[in-house]
Amino acid sequence: MSAPLLQVRGLSRAFGGLRAVDALSFDAGEGEIVGLLGPNGSGKTTALNLISGALVPDRGSVRFAGAELAGAPAYRVVRAGIARTFQLVRVFRSMTVRENVQAGLRFGRSARHGGHRDDEQALLDRVGLGAQAARMASELTYIDQKRLELARALALQPRLLLLDEWLAGLNPSELVEGVRLIRALHEAGMTVLMVEHVMDAIRSLCDRCVVMNSGARIAEGTPAEVLSDARVVQAYLGDDDLEAADV
Amino acid sequence: MSPTRVFAALAALGTFVLLALAPGLGNDYTTSLLINLMLYGVLATAWGLFCGTTRYISLATVAFFGVGSYTVAVLGERLPWPLVLLAAAAIGALLALLVGLVTLRLSGTYFVIFTFGMTELLRQVVNWYESKVAGSVGRYVFVDAASPGFIHGQLLVLLALVLALGWWFGRSRLGFALRLIGEDEQAARHCGVDTTRAKLLAFTLSSVFMVLAGAIVAPRWTYIDPAIAFNAIVSFQVVIMALLGGTARFWGPVLGVVPLVLLFELLVKYFPNHFPIVLGVVFLLIVYALPRGVVGWVLERGRKRGASR
Amino acid sequence: MPLLDALLTGLTLGGMYALVALGLNLQYGVARIMNLSYGELLIAAAVLAYALFGKLQVSPLLTLLAIVPLAALLGWAIYALALAPLVRRAPDRDALEADSLLGTFGLLFVVQGVMLVLVGGSYLSYSFLSVPVAVLGTTVAANRLLALAMAVVLGLAVWLLLMRTRVGTAIRAVSVDPVSAQLVAIDVRRLAAAAFALGTVLAGVAGVLVSMFLTFSATMGVLFTMKALIVVIMGGIGNMAGAVVAALMLGLVEALVGTFVDPGLTLAANYALFLAVLLFKPAGLFGKVAR
Repeated sequence: MSAPLLQVRGLSRAFGGLRAVDALSFDAGEGEIVGLLGPNGSGKTTALNLISGALVPDRGSVRFAGAELAGAPAYRVVRAGIARTFQLVRVFRSMTVRENVQAGLRFGRSARHGGHRDDEQALLDRVGLGAQAARMASELTYIDQKRLELARALALQPRLLLLDEWLAGLNPSELVEGVRLIRALHEAGMTVLMVEHVMDAIRSLCDRCVVMNSGARIAEGTPAEVLSDARVVQAYLGDDDLEAADV
Repeated sequence: MSPTRVFAALAALGTFVLLALAPGLGNDYTTSLLINLMLYGVLATAWGLFCGTTRYISLATVAFFGVGSYTVAVLGERLPWPLVLLAAAAIGALLALLVGLVTLRLSGTYFVIFTFGMTELLRQVVNWYESKVAGSVGRYVFVDAASPGFIHGQLLVLLALVLALGWWFGRSRLGFALRLIGEDEQAARHCGVDTTRAKLLAFTLSSVFMVLAGAIVAPRWTYIDPAIAFNAIVSFQVVIMALLGGTARFWGPVLGVVPLVLLFELLVKYFPNHFPIVLGVVFLLIVYALPRGVVGWVLERGRKRGASR
Repeated sequence: MPLLDALLTGLTLGGMYALVALGLNLQYGVARIMNLSYGELLIAAAVLAYALFGKLQVSPLLTLLAIVPLAALLGWAIYALALAPLVRRAPDRDALEADSLLGTFGLLFVVQGVMLVLVGGSYLSYSFLSVPVAVLGTTVAANRLLALAMAVVLGLAVWLLLMRTRVGTAIRAVSVDPVSAQLVAIDVRRLAAAAFALGTVLAGVAGVLVSMFLTFSATMGVLFTMKALIVVIMGGIGNMAGAVVAALMLGLVEALVGTFVDPGLTLAANYALFLAVLLFKPAGLFGKVAR
């Protein structure tokens, strides 16, 4: 079996005395959807930040498709094939929807000059924003902004997609759509690493899960396995994070 | 091309032709005024190229301007004019790269603080050098390139070039990258933009224009000293003009240059002592009442009209 | 001995810079206002002390007492009238910083302009307590010693205020996380105004102290602002203790360069130090990780 697409080994990052991520190690195979779970403050977003190049790790390795990416600046991580969304949506607010997607197209892996209307339109259609290309990003609803961020990430033609609580804050019908979108990406072959709290989504989407607590990995396995693991349950019951969406 | 665009292009062309013919048509005073207008036009547009797009605020315009002036003062009698300009551009680019490499890797705050003190720093260093090494703090500038008509012509070319660069920025990948940086630098990085490189490039280009402007007008002063060349108020005036005009479009700053240069001419003539106060008040008015400048106001009106249709 | 002289001068200067940096830290770290007009307020206080001493023979010590309420009032007024609208308008911290930068940049020229009209651009100084005092085998002017002593006393007072009182703790809370501070019922807006006013007081006090032994002019405000900014960055933004250490370092470097190299290169020396910090430790010498 070939090496996993993403190999994280001993990834660590401390802020002053606080060890936000503590010797984290896990794999993500090509085409898998891996869930990164854990109560608030367990270091999940920090882990994503370390992988995406938003933060520099103190120690550890992030091997992606054979190349070492730990400590590389974000733009290089993007060009290697990893794209992400942010926990608090970060679209370019005073630009149009089209321009936001263009941002991904013009600087991504197969950077081309703008004006490839077909690519833009295809991406927007894929996330359901096809009719809103000319609107200002700041005027979109919350879920549409999330969709836009996803379209922009997809425009980068990534092999690995990092989703930071992308399904958070959605009402039940939006959640159904969101899960469907991610599943469609998965069926098209995308590898996904998703930080998530919505348990039903995790159960229905993730092939495997990695659970973190206080910066370290405490469990790994299929959703069913980890969610019934005593340590995981205990870690979660310490905070009030369990969200069961009525799907 | 839409009728508005055609009209704007023709108007711009017409203005340039008029400007080119102006020295022959007017008198010494009008030529001097036009030189001032074009000088600030170049400085404000160059400022807007980098600071307007990336939202990094530079308070160091006159630092580069002064470097250009001093290059002429030192080399003007030893090298042919084109080489002097080249030397000025090179020194300015080097200084910009230095400043940029140190501060543009970090957040905008460090950049502003650094540029805030840069002018004073250069003024003191040049002062020290002149008094210790050159023997006297002031210098005489006797250069052949001093005729108003020649200065006018060079500035016209420089203005056309900087506006052309601004137009190109609006269409280029670099310009787009700068706008993304101004919107959300972290997100821009995650779109694959090498933000440090983009910033360095734009900052250096912008600074070269400022240096050249300083070099071209230096022959107007027959005597130069650090206080004259590195006059912090000039940086301030440039920022006000650019903000009044608005930096969302490359042609915005020029809109702010014209009324303010005229206002300042009046002030200097009738209320020279109150100049800084009035400047400050005008500036505060802009920051509070017209934060996006004239351009921003126009764009907002256009958007509202479009939405209500 | 020139070395001892330089060290003592350096300490005194450092004490001044520490006061100034503490004030700026309060304004930037807590109120999130990058106040580029800070040095102008310092100079304004110096000019006031000069004018009162020269015209009315008022002792600078009295001015020192009077400047506390005056500066507090002025600081509060500036915040409430000029800066609060910006705070209300700003969508996030970065926008507030940019707006307040520009706003205070304008204020800088207004204050400087007023002073230029009042006292012109020439250098001013007055003689107060310039009696030599024997210290450690060398003589130092009494006014410098007084300035240093006052800086220490005030620095300690501010320290105690921040560390031991409820208000101080609230101030530190806001500087760490304004959102969480609001959640524990801290009135962030009033505290920001209070911190800003306190910062202005420190500027005023430093200005009066400085006027006692330094020759100054209406346009020197920028120098003080710059040095305060350099110290704040070197010490780590919001880090009060770091600012004090950085201020002393800056004062010593400046005095040493001024004595042994060239007085005209002191600002260059400051900037060189600043550059070095930016290159190697941008979060400050002791700063925690930058955002």
